[in-house]
Amino acid sequence: MSDHPDLLKLFFGRLTWDALPLHVPIVMVTFAVVMIGALAVLGAITYFRLWGYLWREWFTSIDHKKIGIMYMVLGLVMLLRGFADAVMMRAQQAISFGHSTGYLPPEHYDQIFTAHGVIMIFFVAMPLVTGIMNFVVPLQIGARDVAFPFLNNFSFWMTTAGAMLVMASLFIGEFARTGWLAYPPLSGIGMSPDVGVDYYIWALQVAGVGTLLSGVNLLATIVKMRAPGMRMMQMPVFTWTALCTNVLIVAAFPVLTAVLALLAMDRYVGTHFFTTDLGGDAMMYVNLIWIWGHPEVYILILPAFGIFSEVVSTFSRKRLFGYASMVYATVVITVLSYLVWLHHFFTMGSGASVNSFFGITTMIISIPTGAKIFNWLFTMYRGRIVFEVPMLWTMGFMITFVIGGMTGVMLAVPPADFSLHNSLFLIAHFHNVIIGGVLFGLFAGINFWFPKAFGFRLDPFWGKCSFWFWQIGFWFAFAPLYVLGLMGVTRRLSHFDDPSLQIWFVIAAFGAFLIALGILCMLIQFAVSFRRREQLRDHTGDPWNGRTLEWSTSSPPPAYNFAFTPIVHDNDAWWQMKQRNYRRPLDGYRAIHMPKNTGAGIILAGISAALGFALIWQMWIPAAVSFVALLVVAIGHTFNYQRDYYIPADEVARVETARTELLANHV
Amino acid sequence: MSDTHAIHLSGQPGHPEELSFHVTGDHHPANSTLLGFWLYLMSDCLIFACLFAVYGVLGRNYADGPTGAQVFELPVVALNTSLLLLSSITYGFSVLEMQRDRVRGTLIWLAITGLLGAGFIFLELREFAHLIAEHNGPQRSAFLSSFFTLVGTHGLHVTFGIIWLITLMVQVGQKGLIHENKRRLMCLSMFWHFLDVVWVGVFSFVYLMGVQP
Amino acid sequence: MSGHVDSHGHGGHDQHHDDHGHGHEHHDDGIGHSTFKGYMIGFVLAVILTAIPFWLVMSGGFQKPATTSIVVLAFAAVQIVVHMIYFLHMNTKSEGGWNMLALIFTMVLVLITLSGSIWVMYHMDHNMMPSMMMREMQNLP
Repeated sequence: MSDHPDLLKLFFGRLTWDALPLHVPIVMVTFAVVMIGALAVLGAITYFRLWGYLWREWFTSIDHKKIGIMYMVLGLVMLLRGFADAVMMRAQQAISFGHSTGYLPPEHYDQIFTAHGVIMIFFVAMPLVTGIMNFVVPLQIGARDVAFPFLNNFSFWMTTAGAMLVMASLFIGEFARTGWLAYPPLSGIGMSPDVGVDYYIWALQVAGVGTLLSGVNLLATIVKMRAPGMRMMQMPVFTWTALCTNVLIVAAFPVLTAVLALLAMDRYVGTHFFTTDLGGDAMMYVNLIWIWGHPEVYILILPAFGIFSEVVSTFSRKRLFGYASMVYATVVITVLSYLVWLHHFFTMGSGASVNSFFGITTMIISIPTGAKIFNWLFTMYRGRIVFEVPMLWTMGFMITFVIGGMTGVMLAVPPADFSLHNSLFLIAHFHNVIIGGVLFGLFAGINFWFPKAFGFRLDPFWGKCSFWFWQIGFWFAFAPLYVLGLMGVTRRLSHFDDPSLQIWFVIAAFGAFLIALGILCMLIQFAVSFRRREQLRDHTGDPWNGRTLEWSTSSPPPAYNFAFTPIVHDNDAWWQMKQRNYRRPLDGYRAIHMPKNTGAGIILAGISAALGFALIWQMWIPAAVSFVALLVVAIGHTFNYQRDYYIPADEVARVETARTELLANHV
Repeated sequence: MSDTHAIHLSGQPGHPEELSFHVTGDHHPANSTLLGFWLYLMSDCLIFACLFAVYGVLGRNYADGPTGAQVFELPVVALNTSLLLLSSITYGFSVLEMQRDRVRGTLIWLAITGLLGAGFIFLELREFAHLIAEHNGPQRSAFLSSFFTLVGTHGLHVTFGIIWLITLMVQVGQKGLIHENKRRLMCLSMFWHFLDVVWVGVFSFVYLMGVQP
Repeated sequence: MSGHVDSHGHGGHDQHHDDHGHGHEHHDDGIGHSTFKGYMIGFVLAVILTAIPFWLVMSGGFQKPATTSIVVLAFAAVQIVVHMIYFLHMNTKSEGGWNMLALIFTMVLVLITLSGSIWVMYHMDHNMMPSMMMREMQNLP
């Protein structure tokens, strides 16, 4: 009758006070803890008057190094959230036997395993991988920034906006209960009428824009901005893997965008793509999302392979064995990763011919991967191995990952997959390769490049503690899952009837506890290193006796990275420069052309997050307003033609002279 | 190395002892905008590939609803196709004017391109409205869902192209044909022609093949 | 070339060509390739390649619909190549061949996505036999 309630509906959509989880004690406690933590951080920032500094020097920065560091911070913070979910699952499964139903109701447990997967892949692994590429690649190729510095800042904030939406789902409404890929019809409007799946869709869409643009950006950077003389086959291996990863990002993420958009159409418009009636086909969703999903795992693992390559050759004091084969293996993996997606759903029923094709292509991928392992081993062979922390992670990776790879080949055999699919064996397998491959690689990379980013090394003692807790904890946590999987225990269960299984879950929970200690050691490592930063200080810029260009500049590098653009003659450019007693030029500095900071990225991403939130809750007026605002701000930004400035030669000279003095005093 | 700039090498690497390890002059990597935009277009192309794949798989699931032969009006599609094709050539003329640094000619051809694009959108919306009015909207069957989404996504791209085109006309009007604006015009040129390429796929795969029994 | 600070800096990076006096027509920017003749050739070919399949389908097509579809697809493929060459100025040299490489890679992926999905889903439909089951159910007394 009256317009009033309708207007309210257009404004607030489905959002009511009921959306707040006031009646769920676990969530409320979490909420309280998070809120207190957030208030403490915000209060500290205000108390120390850091807002201006953060805004000017970090949030609006288009410096690839700072953006890379911000990505790493985002990834590590989200790692804590994702790991908290993991601990909750392990605890639930360890106690929920027979009459005990554990402490988590099923609808809560289902949100936790969904959030765990989504967060770990999209908001831990992806930001960490992107962050390391962002920081290292321009330095390795002798460039002063990425090809599109503003887009870089925008990409980061879009990823953060997506992460914020996922975090918001914890306290406003709920998250999806569908598993990390949200298969329909479970994720359809009929089975999941609430906002959980919508949070999933819009968080990933917003973050996906950021991922795609950063892929384009790094690709253009590697193709166009290499230092003079650096041919493709002279690029450091990490840059090669970054190139292939970004090819995969640009070529795979559009598929995710498309398939999530179609799922959103089903939910919002009532179309019939993946429904069970009127001609829809849920298996088409599974088909499409794995066309993205399989390349995605190579997006994560390839940069880790690159990190291991850099670490192995640096700490074996040898040139990398089989550079060319390493590059070709990477490229072959890149192409093959598009030909294997069906192995994620052998049991769909496509029949023998289809399954054998995809089974065989999957097994073929293990060949280039195996070649890489041999290359690393041959690099170590007769090398003078230095057992620094990055090298420990690398060796831990080699053992763990090979086992994970072999269980992967087992799963690639379609008949075996029919009995192993959807079981805990699969869970153990992909944690084996993602933790043992991606995460170990990222930790190696963090320990390796930390001194470059901050000017002091990470404390090795706590680093080693962290390594051993992780390594041992990993096997305690996942070896039982292999066993259980072979016994036929399926994934995603919150309760078990058979008490004989309990001991395995208790062992797995103990493993999770050890990993928690590993994470704790890592946090202690950061704190201790910061306190001992003067002892751990790296004055040379080259703490590990490195081989590639990033070690030729100071730690941390100046805003312009290189006072003079390097010229490259060899694969190990910096190693060659050292061999030939290269001397830094001490004069002749020129003004350096650099991009200006801008707040447009964070503003656009903020509006995107608001748009996503409005769409999730079907708040149509705020959605329309934020969409228009997004357009206006984006167009307005294109009217800004003055986006760069010169660092005067005097300033460059001042920075470089300071470094010269530092080197003279300490080396 | 075709993609590296001419640089000022201080001492050529003739003898191994005389390698020079840094550029003494200014070093300016080649601009990446057009390559970056092309890479973006390639990713966009894959979004369309998915929508085409969905149409390919679900496009015959009529669910007792109308078939392509019953709902597609090929003469309208032919008209639409000619509008888009014409807009491609008019954009080309605009680029030719731009190369001769003629602001007026560039703007006139841009305006004509925009109008042709708007005509295309108008006809497409008319077709959609007509279908929905006859209860053959995207909710009717998987065939119509995939039809509306594929064609609609293309239409959405054209709409954004028109908004971008208007923005660029204002910017060219304000600043003239400075290098920066020329590069933007070339990006939009790629975008516009790319949409025409996608439309070739749409009219062939969706309409012309869709009316086959 | 004064005032270059105003006229440059999209994407913001050190992309000044002007302070070397290179002028605006820098070959790397892909600005300055197009010719009237090129556009006209492309346009005429596109019109022909559009008109024939439309005429073919609107006049009833071949006996077998599959033949018509294949011919239509073939014309589309040729026309896409025409657009690529004459409108998008694709060649093996622009951007050092990277444009072409990206295009070929994308085309391969488009092909994999399209044909792979159709192949996979066709086999599933075939094996799971929904249509046959439907028919059998309809035939039930």
